[in-house]
Amino acid sequence: MKPSDPSITWLEEKPLGLAERLYLPLFVSGLTTTARHLVSPKVTVSYPDQRPKVGNPLIYRGVHRLNRDQEGRVKCVACFLCATACPAHCIDIVAAESPWPDREKYPESFHIDELRCIFCGMCEEACPVDAIELTSLLDLTGKSREEMIFDKEKLLSVYDMTKDAEPMKSTTMGCTP
Amino acid sequence: MPVVIVDGQEIEIGADERLNCIEAARRAGKEIPHYCWHPGLSVVASCRMCLIETGQRDAATGTITMVPKLVPGCQTPVKDGTVIVTESQLVKDSRARVEEALLIDHPIDCPICDKAGECLLQDYHFEHGQPERRADLQPFHSRKRDVGPTVTLFVDRCIMCTRCVRFTREISGTAELMVTSRGAKEEIDVFPGHPLANKLSGNVVDLCPVGALGDKDFLYQQRVWFLKREANVCGGCSAGCSIHTEHNQDAVYRLKPRENPHVNKWWICDEGRYGWHHLHDQARLREASRKAPSPSHRGNAAATPATESIEWADVVVKLRDDLKAAGRLAVAVSPMLTVEEAWMLCAVARSIDPEAFLAVGFVPTHGEDESFPGGFTIRAEKCPNRKGVEEVLALYDAGGRSWNDLVAHVAAGKADAAWITAGYPGPWIDTAAADAFADLAQLVVQDLFDSPLMRLATWRLPATGFAERAGTWVNVAHHAQSFRQAIRPPAGVWPEGRLFWNMLGRRGLYDATAVRHQIATSSPAFAALAGELPAAGVDLRLHQIA
Repeated sequence: MKPSDPSITWLEEKPLGLAERLYLPLFVSGLTTTARHLVSPKVTVSYPDQRPKVGNPLIYRGVHRLNRDQEGRVKCVACFLCATACPAHCIDIVAAESPWPDREKYPESFHIDELRCIFCGMCEEACPVDAIELTSLLDLTGKSREEMIFDKEKLLSVYDMTKDAEPMKSTTMGCTP
Repeated sequence: MPVVIVDGQEIEIGADERLNCIEAARRAGKEIPHYCWHPGLSVVASCRMCLIETGQRDAATGTITMVPKLVPGCQTPVKDGTVIVTESQLVKDSRARVEEALLIDHPIDCPICDKAGECLLQDYHFEHGQPERRADLQPFHSRKRDVGPTVTLFVDRCIMCTRCVRFTREISGTAELMVTSRGAKEEIDVFPGHPLANKLSGNVVDLCPVGALGDKDFLYQQRVWFLKREANVCGGCSAGCSIHTEHNQDAVYRLKPRENPHVNKWWICDEGRYGWHHLHDQARLREASRKAPSPSHRGNAAATPATESIEWADVVVKLRDDLKAAGRLAVAVSPMLTVEEAWMLCAVARSIDPEAFLAVGFVPTHGEDESFPGGFTIRAEKCPNRKGVEEVLALYDAGGRSWNDLVAHVAAGKADAAWITAGYPGPWIDTAAADAFADLAQLVVQDLFDSPLMRLATWRLPATGFAERAGTWVNVAHHAQSFRQAIRPPAGVWPEGRLFWNMLGRRGLYDATAVRHQIATSSPAFAALAGELPAAGVDLRLHQIA
């Protein structure tokens, strides 16, 4: 688009008034903001002694979990859509034929490199069966890089840990009811 | 020349060409969607996706008379004055209705369907379907049926185009597949006790426009959108079928036939299709090594000299020195090598020993040539480039020499050193045959796997497989096809071409195209290889006759 394009509306900057040119009123309004924050309640917490308050855990983007279906099996159908959507390429899935008659495909292994993950939530968006979700767990630490690559068991255990506080968004399996 | 009018555009077709409306419209750049029609199979016009409006222009008056009903494009031949309308509202509505009808009993399990991403039902739905379902149906789970050792049938995903049934009847001639029941209950199945087990069975998976037929070898391995494809040539036999090597991160996942009217049409055999697993075999040789030279180590296992691994940069220098020091050289130019590699190997050999004995390497054969009713032939000769190597040897005045001549030459004590290039996917030489090479001062063996011959070798060099090479292969019918490297060989392996290129003292990276141009300009036998080769390849003899 060129600057001469007729669809562009050009706005002129407003000329400075007397108050702006004097500078003092702005100076006072700035200091007022500072003073207000000096006396207002603090939002900073001294983590890790004190835990931050998570606003809405259902939309928070923390550690991943792999949900279980009604029978306690991994809900994931190994469709690779999360791995396809992932901009950080941190999801690695090995698919196999499922051992259960009512399901066709399941993840034989499922790894998420939590160090590589940027917690954008695209995997959760992409999942057709709501199997992968981001929890509100935010203190993600580990002693080695290997420990931070979460496997299927670990991701399922995150679900077991958080399922009561954060119920999964849908209990159905999408294309495999 | 007959003229066909496609959406108002006049297209000339050949006077003796027999085209249907789909083919004629394609010439005009218009794609008529179709499921059941395939250029290699008979016409059944059962899917109704290619319904179009047609008419006839009167040659004398120029008036156009349209057929009142829609007709299937696949079944309607075109002639002079045929009018085809592919984009009218009537045609569009018809396509949307066909799509809707197909989707009524389709499971819509795309997330777990291996075909998703290359599925015609998906593609046509986005292009011609309507955005919402009018029927209140839930996605469901497709039934699965084992139809043979290579193929799984997902019964409910099938749209009953019967391409697979026609393939087994017309091309493979084995007729294992059939349609059972009628109407909405129609299903594909095999006859009881006759599984789909012919040598071309994998082709039905390629033919299937939806995810109904799954390749067991590829099922659940990878989603298709992760795969990158490289136009390649199958190295399984001397037919040299055009293929696509589909790979991701240096791992091959599947091979697919590439349409080539001169060689394989649309098909490949199962042997070629699944003949890539050796590329990722853990037993492959991965480093170059050298035995401390000792002429009399034979039969003395305790005194087997130690092997030292050696860097490729050193191989380039020391191999030449060792062979030069040994004296008279004999070289087996493997029919697995490309024309370029063979040509460079001969040049290297003659630069080491101007009198070097050159011969075609071992040519593996298995059974007899096997032809199928559809015209497809699986060759008994299980190597892709014997013709090409023979032509190259003829340039070096060594034409007509075979592996047996080389063995006799060595056994007669006329050589002090031998350089055996191999690269065969399976075992090819036994201890007795290898013994002929036991008394040589230097034995260079270049192969994919360990073998009795490899155990005798003073120089052990790893070879590369078909998808890891670049160059040109000449098939049994003198048809030459060039291809590029699809995947990199395992770490620590140099492709043969790179070794020969460096041993010739050429600079930079190995460039098969540059070598091909050099061969084409320097020898009349390979003149057809000059310039950019078409994807379907060229016939080497055509140029020679001209």
